[in-house]
Parts: sequence; structure tokens; C-alpha cells
Amino acid sequence: MVDTSLELFGCGHRACGGCGPALAARLILKGAGANSIVVASTGCMEVFSTPYPETAWEVPWIHSLFENASAVASGIEASLKRQGRSEHVLCICGDGATFDIGMLCISGAFERGHDITYICYDNEAYMNTGVQRSGATPYDASTTTSPAGKESFGNKRPKKDMPQILVAHGAPYVATASVAYPNDLMQKVERAVNTPGPCYLQIHAPCSTGWGFEGGKTMEIGKLAIQTGLWVNFEMVDGEIAKAKKVVRKPVDEYLMAQKRFRHLFKPARNEEEIAKIQAIADANAAKYGIDIKPKK
Amino acid sequence: MALNVGCAARPGRARDNKTGSWRVFRPILDAEKCKKCGLCLLICPEGCISEDDEYPRVDYEYCKGCGLCAEECPAEAIEMEQEEK
Amino acid sequence: MMEIMEGSHAVAEAVKRCRPEVVSAYPITPQTHIVERLAEFVADGEMESDYLTVDSEFSALSACVGASAAGSRVYSSTSSQGLILMAEVCFNASGMRLPIVMSIANRALGAPLSIWNDQQDSIALRDSGWFQLYAEDVQELVDYHFLSYRVAEDHNILLPGFVCFDGFILSHTYEPVDIPEQDEVDAYLPPFNPYQKLDAQDPISMGMYATPDYYMEFRYELDRAMERASRAIEDAGQAFGEQFGRNYGSLVEEYRMDDADTALVAMGSICGTVKDAVDEMRAAGRKVGLLKLRSFRPFPKEEVAKALDGVSKVAVLEKNISPGSAMKGAVGLEFKDALWKTGIDVYSYVIGLGGRDVRKKDIAAVVDLAERGSGDMFYGLREELI
Repeated sequence: MVDTSLELFGCGHRACGGCGPALAARLILKGAGANSIVVASTGCMEVFSTPYPETAWEVPWIHSLFENASAVASGIEASLKRQGRSEHVLCICGDGATFDIGMLCISGAFERGHDITYICYDNEAYMNTGVQRSGATPYDASTTTSPAGKESFGNKRPKKDMPQILVAHGAPYVATASVAYPNDLMQKVERAVNTPGPCYLQIHAPCSTGWGFEGGKTMEIGKLAIQTGLWVNFEMVDGEIAKAKKVVRKPVDEYLMAQKRFRHLFKPARNEEEIAKIQAIADANAAKYGIDIKPKK
Repeated sequence: MALNVGCAARPGRARDNKTGSWRVFRPILDAEKCKKCGLCLLICPEGCISEDDEYPRVDYEYCKGCGLCAEECPAEAIEMEQEEK
Repeated sequence: MMEIMEGSHAVAEAVKRCRPEVVSAYPITPQTHIVERLAEFVADGEMESDYLTVDSEFSALSACVGASAAGSRVYSSTSSQGLILMAEVCFNASGMRLPIVMSIANRALGAPLSIWNDQQDSIALRDSGWFQLYAEDVQELVDYHFLSYRVAEDHNILLPGFVCFDGFILSHTYEPVDIPEQDEVDAYLPPFNPYQKLDAQDPISMGMYATPDYYMEFRYELDRAMERASRAIEDAGQAFGEQFGRNYGSLVEEYRMDDADTALVAMGSICGTVKDAVDEMRAAGRKVGLLKLRSFRPFPKEEVAKALDGVSKVAVLEKNISPGSAMKGAVGLEFKDALWKTGIDVYSYVIGLGGRDVRKKDIAAVVDLAERGSGDMFYGLREELI
């Protein structure tokens, strides 16, 4: 059972007001508990929580480099085994560190089967360095390295399917969650840390600064992502879809219009073709995970 | 004060940084509407809302005024008011 | 006990006796025999270690960072391309003051790809904050491992260290070597007692970031630790001598330096060849000697100046090249600096790169060049190729 009163992430950190990852950090630690060791990658969460000597972390925490959290965690896990210690080993890393530069280390750690929990807080770009495009950036999102322009609609590639990559590595538990559904998030973290073997949890953590919306709307944006099918909350156990959050699906427009990073699809005029492509992505997600609530006849 | 070896530190010093100074709007609770559901305590990205005799109490030394609590409160018991400087 | 053993296998025997809890390594020529032998020990239950068959050298050292931070003594080994791949982690490990010890089977760097010996790899990381010891023979190679863990883990030092040895030349040849018994090593090297560690009972944050208000002082502290390491290596080397009879109480070793006019300077296995060459030259009446450098980092500036007092020429044999630098090789520059007020001529000779053989006659030819005032050059190029 998750003890939601546990506060392991202190006040005084330097995240933007309304920060999705900051909320994710608090919830993750409630789900994991105090008997945890956190390995962080370089990124927003690391930078806003640990300018020497002000650390916001109340659990043991280590930051090595941008790309190697899962390798560092592998070493910690091996050391704890040798010492007969029981702490959960968690990586908490951004999407840039996870989808791109960290692929080598993650693949190795999962292939070796270490008993670790890798949590990716997904704000869909390299936010800490100024909103550059990552492998997690959605199709047509405008970032500073995939800007919308006279000859571009923004990011040209669809989001890399990181959860499926780790399912293919034989991870026993792979799940997605969102800060918009905090209880579900905490329960999934609790399940992941208590499942032996390498587990992966990808948490949608909307970024008001990078996506272009007011800080108070972080959870509303997260809900819209799920309601449109552009983000699916699901659990895969031993490679099979065990559960997916069902929705009465909304068209993608409401989600896209609420964020500056997609504004170019609506101004100066609606780009029907591009919006249709994004709708197709949502439709494909819905079909794959079976999220549509069938209307009663 | 001498440095800690290897750029390490014990917990707690983040609290030295009073982020309340960032605020433009501040959340004000209407206790009569409040259902004491505890959601705002859970979702504040700062973790600066604590329980005070079952009601939520905002620590204004740290509150950044993001408005997430006001936005999400199911009882609409929190209003954001312009900070007086 | 005394045995004839392949250098790599001797390293494995030494590492086994150091009792690392986590071994994390990636295979690369010419280090492979070390990691293979260690894997056998683990598979046969002769080592109480977790052996991580990692996905790359980068991951190998990263896993060492994690395991060391969590409170375990760790070990890794690499060469050349692997060392440069993990260069980012090397700087990270020293900055985090983690006492990791790594054997480096010195090998040339590509391009062009070469599997053969020179010292470019470890010398390229002279700024990384790791102390660097260079072994002349397999016995030193074995002994330096015990010494290095003892120095690294000293709470007054807390620096990672490279034990460097010439790839193929020392790794793949057989030499007689005395491998100490486990209880003797235990007496010299106590169990790892971390200065700080990741522990839910007593949480800390490790590897925080430092703003301009703090960064310089962290680097200063690292440098001060490296300065203290000179004394720590000497003390540990002295203690080793008292217990095992082989004394490493100095960061340099003098060979027939007493009345030398020309001093040869070298690190690693080439010193064996140089000693033979010196003997031949001495027999012919030439006043030459060898100053062997045991430690490149920390650089023993004062010991070097003292040992070279009275010579007129110093010929530094460089198994490395720093293209575009003042003296071509990186080691000579440090010697020139140590001797700059003395009027002694210091010359660098880039020699033996990529495994090119160095013979006694080559050493004699270098001495000729130095005495003629010719230096800061490549020695032994095949003229027909250039």
C-alpha cells in the first residue's frame, strides 16, 4: 500500500511553477518508499533539485552522467546484492537521456536482467537545455531544433515506442502513467519496484514552459493527451497487454490547440492534412491498446 | 564552510531556497467549500501544502503560485489572487 | 609463491586477491585474458564477486561508479579505444572521488586502428584526475594493484587509479612472478571502508552540480588530493617493501645514474630494454643511466630534479605523441619544466608507436642524437614511406 503522506522530495527546488516532472518526482518517491536509491541522469530534474549544496532529495541519490544512469544502477544493484541490502534501485531520467543518448546503457542493463526500476519522466524534448527535439518528441511538435517554419511543420518523426523496445528485452513489467492520474502513477511505481527484474515506467510529465501552456494546466493537458489517445496509460506484464485506460475519445484538436508547440497547425490556418496525420496516430494507438469505450447500443 | 568531498550533500538544504519569492499569484483557500479530499496536498509540485487540522495549509515561503491546486480542486475551493508586492 | 605465468593471468590473480565485490569489464585486445580468467574464477566460486558482462567500456566504468558509490570495492580493465570511450566516466569518477582501480593494457589509439602497444591511451587521460603507475615487468604489475587499492581508498586521497602496463609485451608474455598469498594481501589491504556511500539508513546526494561559486574549489580539492597522493604512494610502496620485500617507496627508480652525463627517461616495459642498453653502453665507456618514472600522475617534479642533478642531457623516450605540441611527446614537457632553471638539455624522442619494436641499438642511437643536440623528433621512421 502506498503511503501518500511520505514526503521525500523537499521544498525549495528550482523547477518552474507547475512543473510536471517535479510533481512526478514527489509521486514516484511516495510509490517507491524511503528504502530506495535513486540514480538520476543529467536533465531538468537533476538540475532543479541539486545545485550544491541544496539537495531536495531525502533518499540516497546519485547523479553520474547524462547517458549512464542504467549502467550506474546496474553497478549499485550488484553491490547491494553482495552486501545483502534490500533498497530498491530506481533510475529517474528524462526522455532525452532515455530514448536517445542512454539507449546503449539501458539495452545492456535490461538485457542483463538487473533488478532495477527505470522510470522515464517524459516531457517530450531536451527541456533543460532549451526545448530541443528528442526521440520522444511527438510528430509535428515545434521545438528549437525542429521548429515549425516556412518549409517545416515541426518534428518530422513519430514518437519512438520505447516501452515496446523494453518489452522486447523481456522486461517483466512495462507500464505508462501520467501525472494527470497521480494515484495510478503511484500504484504503478509501487508495482514496478516490487517486481523482480528490470521494469520500465514511462511517465507523461507535461512541461508548461516547453509545450507552451499555463503552469496550472499541467494535469488538464495530461488528461487531454490521454482522452485524445495521443498518450495511452497501459500496463504490460511479461510481454502481454494486461490493462489500458479506456476513454471516450476526443478528437486530437482540443489537445493540440491548447499548446503553443502545435499552434502552427492552426495559425494562420488549420492544416487539415497534418492534423489528420496526428489523428491517425491517435487512432492507431487506440486500436493497438483497445482504449475506446464502445458506446452502448 | 568546507566543501563536502565529491560534490555530495546531506538532505535538507534545498529548504534554504525560499521559492515563495517567485510568486505572482497566491492561492487562497475557502474553507467552507473545502471537502478535505487531500488532492491539493498530493499534486502540488512543490509539496508545500500540508495538513493542518484536516484542512490544507499552504506554505507561502515556498508556494510558486502555479495554480495547479486551484485548477484541480474538485470543490473549486481555491482561488488565485494577485500577490501584493 | 613463485610461478611462471602469463602477465594477464598474473593480473587476474592479483585482482582476485584484492577481493573486489563487483567486476565490470568489456573485452578489448590485449586485455581479454584478464577478464576471461576473472570470469573463470567467479564461475568456479573462487571469487566472491558479481561479474557484469557489460555492453561497452562506457557502461563498464559507469557500473563501477555505481557499485563503488554503493559501498563496494570494484575493478575494471581496458585499453586504447575502450579507455577513450569511457573518458567521460573517468573525469566523472575522479570528480566524485571514487576509489576505482583499473588495469590499462596500454595500446595505440586509432585511426589507424592498431592493436599493438604504445602509451597514448593512458597519457591522453593525464588530466582526468586518476593517478597513473607504469609497470616495468609483471612483478611490478602485480604489486601495483595491491598498492593502488590501498592508496585509492585512503580517506585522505580518494582518487581512482590506472595501473598501466604495455599491451602484448607484458600482457601476453610469460615471466616468473611471485603472487602473494591471500592472507598476506589481506594484511596489506584491509576490507573496503567507504568514506561515504548510498545508504537508505543515512541518505546523501552524490554528484550534485556545482555553480561557478563552487566548482573551482572542488577542482582545487581534487588537485590537492593528487598532490597528497605522491606521499601516499611512497608510504604504501615503503610498507609494501617492509611486508613483501619489494620496495616501491619512490615514484622514480634510478639505474646507473650516479655519474651519468646523459640520462634516458622512460616508463613501462621499455625500461627493461633500456637497462640492458645502458649496461652495454657503460661497458663501452659511455656515461649513461636510466631514470625510470614509476608514476606519471602525480608527476614527481622534485624527485626528478634531484635525480637528474648533474647530467647534461636528458633523452625522454615517448611512446605517445601530442601533435602540434612543443616537444611532440607529453612526458618530455614535464621533465623540461622540472629542469628549466638548470640549463640541462631535455629532448623528446617519439619511439615505438603502434607496437614498433625498440631495440638496444635504437636506445644507443637516441643517446647519440641527444649528445649531438638533436631532439624533439620521431625516431625510427621508415623513410621510404614518407
